[in-house]
Order: sequence, then C-alpha cells, then structure tokens
Amino acid sequence: MLEVRGLHVAVNGTEILRGVDLTVKAGEVHAIMGPNGSGKSTLTQVLAGHPAYTVTAGTATYEDKDLLALKPEERAREGLFLAFQYPVEIRGITNSYFLRSAVNAVRKHRGQEELDPLDFLQVLEDKLKAIGWDDTLMNRPVNEGFSGGEKKRNEILQLAVLEPKLALLDETDSGLDIDALKTVAQAVNKLRAPDRSFVIVTHYQRLLNFITPDVVHVLADGRIVKSGGPDLAHQLEAKGYDWLRAGAMVS
Amino acid sequence: MVAVERLVEAYRAFAANGASGAPAWLKELRDGAIARFDALGFPTTKQEAWRFTSVAALTETAFDLAHPASRVPQLAEIQSLLLGDGPRLVFVNGFLARSLSTPLSDGVRLDGLAQALIDAPDLVRQHLSKYAAFTDRPFAALNTAFVRDGAFVHVPAKRTVEEPIQLLFLATPETGGARLVAHPRNLIVIEREARATVVETYAALGEGMYWTNAVTEVVAGDGARADCYRVQRESDRAYHVAVTDVHQGRDSTVNVHVVSFGAALARHDLRGTLAGPGGYLILNGLYVLAGEQHADHHTAIDHAAPHCESHEYFNGVLDGRSRGIFNGRIIVRPGAQKTDSKQTNNNLLLSREAHADSQPQLEIYADDVKCTHGSTVGPLDPKALFYLRSRGIGEVEARRLMTYGFAGEILNRMDVAPLRAQLDQIVRTRLAE
Repeated sequence: MLEVRGLHVAVNGTEILRGVDLTVKAGEVHAIMGPNGSGKSTLTQVLAGHPAYTVTAGTATYEDKDLLALKPEERAREGLFLAFQYPVEIRGITNSYFLRSAVNAVRKHRGQEELDPLDFLQVLEDKLKAIGWDDTLMNRPVNEGFSGGEKKRNEILQLAVLEPKLALLDETDSGLDIDALKTVAQAVNKLRAPDRSFVIVTHYQRLLNFITPDVVHVLADGRIVKSGGPDLAHQLEAKGYDWLRAGAMVS
Repeated sequence: MVAVERLVEAYRAFAANGASGAPAWLKELRDGAIARFDALGFPTTKQEAWRFTSVAALTETAFDLAHPASRVPQLAEIQSLLLGDGPRLVFVNGFLARSLSTPLSDGVRLDGLAQALIDAPDLVRQHLSKYAAFTDRPFAALNTAFVRDGAFVHVPAKRTVEEPIQLLFLATPETGGARLVAHPRNLIVIEREARATVVETYAALGEGMYWTNAVTEVVAGDGARADCYRVQRESDRAYHVAVTDVHQGRDSTVNVHVVSFGAALARHDLRGTLAGPGGYLILNGLYVLAGEQHADHHTAIDHAAPHCESHEYFNGVLDGRSRGIFNGRIIVRPGAQKTDSKQTNNNLLLSREAHADSQPQLEIYADDVKCTHGSTVGPLDPKALFYLRSRGIGEVEARRLMTYGFAGEILNRMDVAPLRAQLDQIVRTRLAE
C-alpha cells in the first residue's frame, strides 16, 4: 500500500525528516508515536502533499505510484486521506455541500456518475448510521464555530464518506476528552477493513487503548528509531521517549 | 465648475417646462435643492467622505436629462430580471413604464411618484425629502432638484404584504445615442405594525454609458417590519450614485440587503436612523468587483434612541484591478443607552492588483453601550485551500468554492427565494470568468 524510503523533508530550509522508512501493507493499522517536534505531523502533511514542505531526498510509493509526484487533490482521488490535527474553517460553505463536492471529485476521477444532492443525502445518512452519529453538523459552515471535539468528529465523518484506502490520522486524539476520544475511536474501528490501512499519529498512548495497532513506530529527531507490536506503546507510556533517543545513537 | 453650471442650467429648463405644473411646496423644495447643489458643487477627493472616490470622470461627461422613453422594452426582454409575477413597478430611464408594471390593490399604494403627487399629494408631502438630507450631500441635492418620478410604496398600518414588491430601474443606453442621467426618487412608507418586502433592482438593457443618481427613502413606523433589498447590476460603463436613508420608529425591524455587481463607478451612501427605542436594524452587503470597477459604500447607523440593536455585515470580493471602499460609521447619540451595535467588513482580494479600503468610524456619546467592529483584507486562506485540495477538490474549483462561500455568508441572509437564485447565478457566472 505505502512504501516510504529514506524520506528527507525540509521546511523553510530546516530539515525536519532525516531519512524515514515506513512500509504499510493493506489492512494494517500503524501507530506513529514520538515526542513533540519529532516530525510526526510533518510526515502526514508531506504524504498528503502540503506545498509548504520540500522533499530533499527519498521516495514514497503508494499503490505502485510515485506519491510525491501527485498534487494533493490527485492523492485524495487515489484514496489517500488526512485527518487534520487542526481542521480548517471554510466560510459560507455548509458541511454537506463541501462533502458532496469532495465525494463528486473522487467519483468523477473514478469514472463514476456524480451524486445529486438527494442521492448524496442518502449516502450520508447511511454513513452516519454506520458510525452511529446524527446529522447536526451537516448544515453548518465547515468547522465554523465547531468545538474541538466536533472538528475531530467531522474529520472522521469525512473519512467515512470518502472511503479512502489509506487514512492518515494526525493527532486526532489531541484536545479530546475521554468520551469524545472513545466516540472517535469506535468510529475508526468500524471503518477498519481488509483493503483499508491506517497510519495513526499520536503523542499519547491513550488512543491506542481503544484502537489496537498492528505496528507501533517511534519517530524521534526525524527518523523512525524503533518499531514493534502494540506492547511498545505501553512501554513508551511507562518509560517516556528518552531511552529510545539514546538507543538510536548506538544501534 | 462648468459641470455644475451645466446642471443648474438644465434645472432652469426643467423647472420651466417639465416641472412647471408642480405644487408650490414641491417647487420650493426643488429650488432649495438646486441652490444647495450649486453651493456645494461636486465633491472632490479633498473631502473626507470622498477621499477614495473621484467623480472627475463623471463631471467631465455631458449627460442629458432623461425623458420618458419613446420605446418601452418588451416583457420578454426583462424577464430574466423579474422575480416572478408578483407586484412590481418597472421604470425606464427613471420613468414609470405602466405597461410592464403590475399593480397592488386593496389599500396598499404602489405607483409612480409622479402619479402619487397627483393622487395623494398630502401623503407624499408628509414624507418626501424628510429623511434624505441634502445639506451636505450634493448628489442627494441634485436628485431632489430633479424630483419627478420614481417608486411610491405605501403600506397602511397593520397591513402585511406577503409577496415581495419589485422595483426595477432599467437604463436603455443606445450606442451612439445621447448619454442620459436619470434621478429616480423612491419613497417607501411602511406604516405602524405593517410589514413588506421591497426589492430594488438597477439594471441596463444595453452596454452604453449613462448615469443613475438615485435616492430612496424608507420609513418604518412603530412596530413595522421592512425587508429592503437593493441589487445594483448596472452596465459596466455606467455611473451609479445613490443615497438610501432608512428611518425607524419604536420597536421596528428593518433588514437592508445590498448587492453591488455593476457600474464602472458606484457610490452608495446608506444611512439608518434608529429614532425610537427597541429598533432593530441589519445592514447586509456584498460587492463583487472585477476589471477596473470602483465601488464605494459609505454606511452610517445612527443610534438616536436607547435599547436599539444593529448588525452590519459587508463582504467584498475584488478581482482584476478593481477597488472596493467600505466606510462604516456608527453614531451613538447622548442618551442612546443599551445600544448594541456590531460591524464587520471582510474583503477578499483575488488578484494582486485589486485593492480594498476598510474604515470603521465609531462616534459614541453614551456610556452604557456595546459596540464592536472588525475588518479584514486579504487573499484566500492557503490553509483552507490545502484542506479542500486534500479532499480531492481541484485547485481552481477549491478557489471558486471558497470565494462562493465568502459571498454566500452575505447571500445566505437573504430570504427572497427567486432573488437568491438570481444572485447565486450572477456570482457563479462571475467566478467562472
């Protein structure tokens, strides 16, 4: 599904990623943990195509395509999705209009017929039902005046409606209370599928109490310094990150 | 001041011929107004209120006073400008075209001002020029001097007019023909506890140069509600200068929606006076400009009584080398305690050459009040652009969607469905260009 090799990334001339290697197979859930400033968010933003970041070396292959050669919208149409750490307000556009535009952009790319508002409403209702949410956010402008929890929930709703093959979740748990965290985690669990992979970036272990990853990676100082099973997350919770940084130097 | 002399001369001819049958009070009003215009002259950019808007191009052009048109357009030609089959008055170059108009009956008066001066002179006299002061406003003075026709709407106390009333002002410039100036004068009186929606539309059939110099006075009596829409979609070569004055009684509600798409040079002075306690006023405006267009909105909300609330929202979308000016004045008079007034003006610049000036102006003479204002000028938010693209929406479409949403913030407050559809269509077409 995704193969990242020796990825180096800079922003405004400062190198943030210094050779990231990451392989994600279809259906797998990977968690990327690490201290603040380690480059976790940068990795997801680069994979989604944010124009502020410059790839200085390395490759990223997504479904046998050169991911880095694609525009952000092309990546999305090919099935990549980024749940933003800080979802952005779009003034004057209702959530449902925005979502329909996005769904239709993807459908058009796949050679499918675009959905009219009524068809879309049906799709939306089915999705909402599947993840157990109501439609209260749909007729409000995108993210405008949303609480922190509503913004994150809205990201997961978009994920559900756009049906990506690879979903990147950038600190979706930050700023959520425990109930909101559970709601979001349950929705993600329902969306897990054999042909859908997740890369979940998080600073804390607590989200992983509710979403069990297949692989846990630790990103520190712009490199993946350790990878392991779900147990690694518990170790990190207990010991923090410092022991790995030192370990990375000798290994 | 050749231009001023030319207009004073035109006034003498008008007073001797077209206006000679007027009652004494009206002659007096006109004479006073032309004298005032003569004294004021055209504004210059040295005056604060006209700092950003030069009318030199207008004063350098010789305009002939419009007369009742020899040819009235066919209904089919104006169909796209109409809001269905509701009550309406259609004016051609400032004069009522009865064949295109649909009257209202049942005690609500909807007629040309010229006819109302004959049928209901006392009612007209009671209100005409009582609100749109021209002491310091040369264009209002000029309009008052040439008062002749326009729309007269009178809704008696406690009456509700369900259907929106449309007032359509058409210019019919002809290539190679004379350049005309029209001075439509509108008086909208919604009496105590009455309710009505009025939609003013300024448009052209043809592309030539002309000048519209309009004045609209709106009176909302105690407990009345008026929903006033004003759509300016003049020809790209037109000059559009207008004054709207709204006067509100106790516990009245007035919503004024203003949309400005057209004209080479547009200037609109919009003033709302909350004269009685408990009044509620919304000014909701949008200007969408491109090319070399210049539009200047000067608004003033006068809180003259306590316990009134006003909200003002103006958004500007500026493309090409256009220039948008917003000046929003809020006056809180001594004794107007518990005033609650909010103002925002946001400008979206779609090109590097476009320019916006935004000036809030607060004059507060009472101590127990809430007044806030905010303004922004800038391009589309790159973060939002990336957000949309990351959802599969292409860059061009994402920009269009964001711009449409920005305009939509204002349009979403408008309730008249057929008008909303017309405006949506115009905005979409302009964004696709």
